[in-house]
Amino acid sequence: MSTFSAIGEEREIDRDEYTPGVEPQPTWCPGCGDFSVLKALKQALPEVGRSPEETLLCTGIGCSGKLNSYLDTYGFHTIHGRSLPVARAAKLANPDLEVIAAGGDGDGYGIGGNHFIHTARENHDMTYIVFNNEIFGLTKGQTSPTSPKGHKSKTQPHGSAKEPLKPLSLSLNAGASYVARTAAVNPNQAKEILIEAIEHDGFAHVDFLTQCPTWNKDARQYVPYIDVNDSDDYDFDKTDRVEAAEMMRTTEEALYEGEVLTGRFYVDEDRLSYGQEKRQIGEMPEEPLAERYWDDDYDWERSYDQFVDKHE
Amino acid sequence: MTDEELIWRISGGSGDGIASTSQNFAKALMRSGLNVFTHRHYPSRIRGGHTYTEIRAAADPVDSRGDGYNFLLALGDSFARNPQEGAVYGNEEIKPLSENLDELREGGVIVYDEGLLDPSEIPNFDERAEENDWHVFPLDLRGLARDMGREVMRNTAGVGATCALIGMDLEHVEDLMRDAMPEKILDPNLEILETAYDQVREEYDVDGVDVSVPTGEHEETQLLMSGSDAISYGAIDEGCRFIAGYPMTPWTEVFTIMTQNLPELGGISEQVEDEIAAAALAVGASHAGVKAMSGSSGGGFALMSEPLGLAEMTETPLVLVEAMRAGPSTGMPTKPEQSDLEHVLYTSQGDSQRVVLAPGTVEEAYEQSRIAFRLAYEYQIPTILLYDQKLGGELKNVPKSHFDREPNPTLGKTLTEEELAEQPHSADGKFHRFQHDVEDGVTPRSIPGQKGGRFLATGNEHDPTGHISESPDNRVAQIDRRTQKLEAIRADLDTEDTSSYAGPDDAEYGILTFGSQQGTVEEAVGRLNEAGVSVKSLGVSDMLPFATEEVEAFIESVDEVLVVEMTASGQFRGLVQKNLGRYGEKLSSLLKYNGNPFEPAEVVDGFEAAIIEGDGDASDHQTTFVPAAGD
Repeated sequence: MSTFSAIGEEREIDRDEYTPGVEPQPTWCPGCGDFSVLKALKQALPEVGRSPEETLLCTGIGCSGKLNSYLDTYGFHTIHGRSLPVARAAKLANPDLEVIAAGGDGDGYGIGGNHFIHTARENHDMTYIVFNNEIFGLTKGQTSPTSPKGHKSKTQPHGSAKEPLKPLSLSLNAGASYVARTAAVNPNQAKEILIEAIEHDGFAHVDFLTQCPTWNKDARQYVPYIDVNDSDDYDFDKTDRVEAAEMMRTTEEALYEGEVLTGRFYVDEDRLSYGQEKRQIGEMPEEPLAERYWDDDYDWERSYDQFVDKHE
Repeated sequence: MTDEELIWRISGGSGDGIASTSQNFAKALMRSGLNVFTHRHYPSRIRGGHTYTEIRAAADPVDSRGDGYNFLLALGDSFARNPQEGAVYGNEEIKPLSENLDELREGGVIVYDEGLLDPSEIPNFDERAEENDWHVFPLDLRGLARDMGREVMRNTAGVGATCALIGMDLEHVEDLMRDAMPEKILDPNLEILETAYDQVREEYDVDGVDVSVPTGEHEETQLLMSGSDAISYGAIDEGCRFIAGYPMTPWTEVFTIMTQNLPELGGISEQVEDEIAAAALAVGASHAGVKAMSGSSGGGFALMSEPLGLAEMTETPLVLVEAMRAGPSTGMPTKPEQSDLEHVLYTSQGDSQRVVLAPGTVEEAYEQSRIAFRLAYEYQIPTILLYDQKLGGELKNVPKSHFDREPNPTLGKTLTEEELAEQPHSADGKFHRFQHDVEDGVTPRSIPGQKGGRFLATGNEHDPTGHISESPDNRVAQIDRRTQKLEAIRADLDTEDTSSYAGPDDAEYGILTFGSQQGTVEEAVGRLNEAGVSVKSLGVSDMLPFATEEVEAFIESVDEVLVVEMTASGQFRGLVQKNLGRYGEKLSSLLKYNGNPFEPAEVVDGFEAAIIEGDGDASDHQTTFVPAAGD
């Protein structure tokens, strides 16, 4: 029997398998967009054939971090902003795992922004879902990196003087090879995009608009939305980074004018993932490193045999 | 003090090849049968700025830098001569010859590059040379190197001249050059070496020189190794195959050694965006079932506080190394200090649940690197190896057999899928990863991808399945269980030989130290006993859980104790008192925080002034005395 027999097992997976026995019903506020992320993941994972025990979900801190309590997989609820470095190392240690990271807009674009840029740059083969509600929810309604300019809150009493961060453009420039935006109110598109993101061999960034009915009452419910890949009003090639960049810019500006544009903005299927790049230059083993520790026949190297002679 | 010893100082500018030349010369001395120990001093600068390395070589074991030096090879700072940089480098150009010249012993030898250094810039140089009976040899090292190869090869000319003056055969130096150099530069270097050697022997009366190379013999093959080498090899032998890091002096050495060696072993090294990520990656890799490490120096380690706490709370095995340098903030990046002790013990929110070990020597660095991994994985706890710029960078000969040990790649208390099936699960199939009542507090773990092993790791307080819980009963049970691990680790450490004793058991006085000052203190203890002072020393490595019983027994056995450490506030003394709860009246401190490690004489003089004469400072040293409470 393999060490990790959950990985690659051929069987039908029921979406109920992802529902935990404790807290099967999430405690997010009624009407919260986060429910949609959970639902879309429960639909997408069985469809791509990844079971709870071959999936590692790493989250940050915030309402989004609760996802780990409501989606029953191997989970790592990390610390604020740090889901990505934990997740990408797990992927390097065992590339056979399905690794998904998730967090909020404060978590991913604020405190964890450096990790976001570098994980995208390195193009790790993983999915990153950002619950973007343009507000800090769990800490009760402070202005976030994606809150619109002029947004008033207890920590920005005169209205934010800052332009909001442009997550799609940032992601593209940093190097993500799949960039999409979906919205909680669009469950079919959300599921389809998550399926694509999980199946994509590289860093797939999904900016998931999740309305916050409690702390962001002024904000739109992200309706009506337009799928830019289906709309006749927009015509661009999502495999062309220049056209993608322009479409992203339009989308990011439109959001603050009340127009919700969603869809796949950039897809590069040719770029090698980070693991593939590292293997090509001989800096990562072909077999998952995590397997080696269970291989009774592996002859572990000793510094005495390998390295000390040069010190003689 | 060893009568027969060479303390050879090579000085020049950063970037002039001082490090590589001294490393090769140290190796040549080691191969000739001597014990060697190096002390390195360098600025935080890429090019130019005074730098030197001292090699102490003797037939007897040497575990410390010496007092001063008896041979100076002043190559000159070639970069300080750059006319465009004059304003920046200021008066640094004479430093290779002038710096610490007082410390050159009577009868010592000076070889300097007359093309680069002008002793008339040093006040009363000739008078001082005469008074101290120094033998001064102005040589045109640069000219010789230029004529036969390139200017940068003047190091080789200096080594050739050294060998001629101290009566050392060129054989070992030449062998090393043949091993290390490509043919194109080997030939001119060999020619320069031999020419310099011959010239000195022909032109000078070398028999009149008092400093000569000692002769010795090793009973077994020796290796020239640094603390950073030893830490890295310890990690490799424990099956560590993953490292993540961000460059920072002096931790970069371990990071570099691991990174250069891991691909050959099918391991992975990641240079990442910052130290928060570095430690978080090590946590992620370890969680996924790989033996992993990270590390940094003071400021970078500060960024690791959060992932460190996460590893404590999620009980993820993790090894971090912390290479101390002088702080606070950027401090003095290339100078040693031990003042991150409290930082490493207490950083991160909540009660510390970690292990901290501070090895004292290169040998201990290897052993304790292995112990750090063993404890981290067996007890599922972050373990920190605390060392400093001194131990990381000093080179010392160690018997090769020291490293002839079996590897230990075990992950600790992990379960196979068959074993997992027998473990408690919740009704929904979630594995009880964090059970309340288990032996030693260690609850077995599963690895993602295993069937029947899924659980949640979280930085929140959690119930047995990992589910977030703020139940008071669960909270107490989990904290108590995690704390219980530290008690088990303390008992485990008692079976390891991590402390170091020197001097007679029944000594009247004691010296207590930790980490890298151990060898220096032990040499001082030897000298004090030779001088009729009854004193012994204890070098402690177990900082957390602290070696309480051992230290208490040591203090109890003597009348007075001097605590020697490289901090300004007496952090180690404070730790001793915190753990023992008393002895404030019995402990005084000898501190040094000027950027240079203690010399044995400073400990000897400091001890005599503090304990024997009882009046405190040994005023001609840059050390500070802090009396015991009530004194």
